[in-house]
Amino acid sequence: MSEKKKRIAMIASKADIAGAYPPLILATTAAAMDYEVGIFFTFFGLNMLKKKKLNKLKVTPVGQTAMPMPIPQIVGMIPGMTDMATAMMKSWMKGANVAKLQELMDISIESGVKLIACQMTMDVMKIKRKQLIDECEVGGAATFLEFASEADITLYF
Amino acid sequence: MSDTKIAKTLNAKGLSCPLPILKTKKAIMEISLGEHIEVFSTDPGSVADFQAWTRSTGNELIANSEEGGVYRYIIKRIK
Repeated sequence: MSEKKKRIAMIASKADIAGAYPPLILATTAAAMDYEVGIFFTFFGLNMLKKKKLNKLKVTPVGQTAMPMPIPQIVGMIPGMTDMATAMMKSWMKGANVAKLQELMDISIESGVKLIACQMTMDVMKIKRKQLIDECEVGGAATFLEFASEADITLYF
Repeated sequence: MSDTKIAKTLNAKGLSCPLPILKTKKAIMEISLGEHIEVFSTDPGSVADFQAWTRSTGNELIANSEEGGVYRYIIKRIK
């Protein structure tokens, strides 16, 4: 095994359901392809590292003009519509046997994906280290850039 | 390829991307180098994905076929 492993570095900055899936799908698949994988969780993306939070992420109908069942934007602002859209989206995904976010996170951890929590976001949103899962590390821009500087693929979500 | 001995069979039918690949990766680590794993999937995207995955990991896609919407792959563990 002398050949150098490929590396992928990603930034996850969103934490609605549609924003949380792509980095975790690519992280687990890249790990299955023997890549070194790192994700930097910043701004809202940091919610993905909160304990017991992943399966509670939502999707808001406001701004989602391409939902399979279109909801008029003004209706999307009515209280309860976000929960309704979330329930609908989850049932579609369950129907298509899509892995749950928590399952993908578990596989990421199991396969050694480097999970970096953004320190600055923790300060801004007053999130304590103990609120985050044990498996992540805390770092800043330089921590991510050092890892990303050797990456073959870099993606921003 | 009926004479290829199968060391392990993985049923990934009904699962969506990327689960067939993730489960195949996990399962192939449980067989020895040179042994074969057989995978069943109903994900049409798995055709391109199994080719890409075997090329990337250095394992060998010995056979792939489709019958009634079920895709069958035989992969030899090289790495």
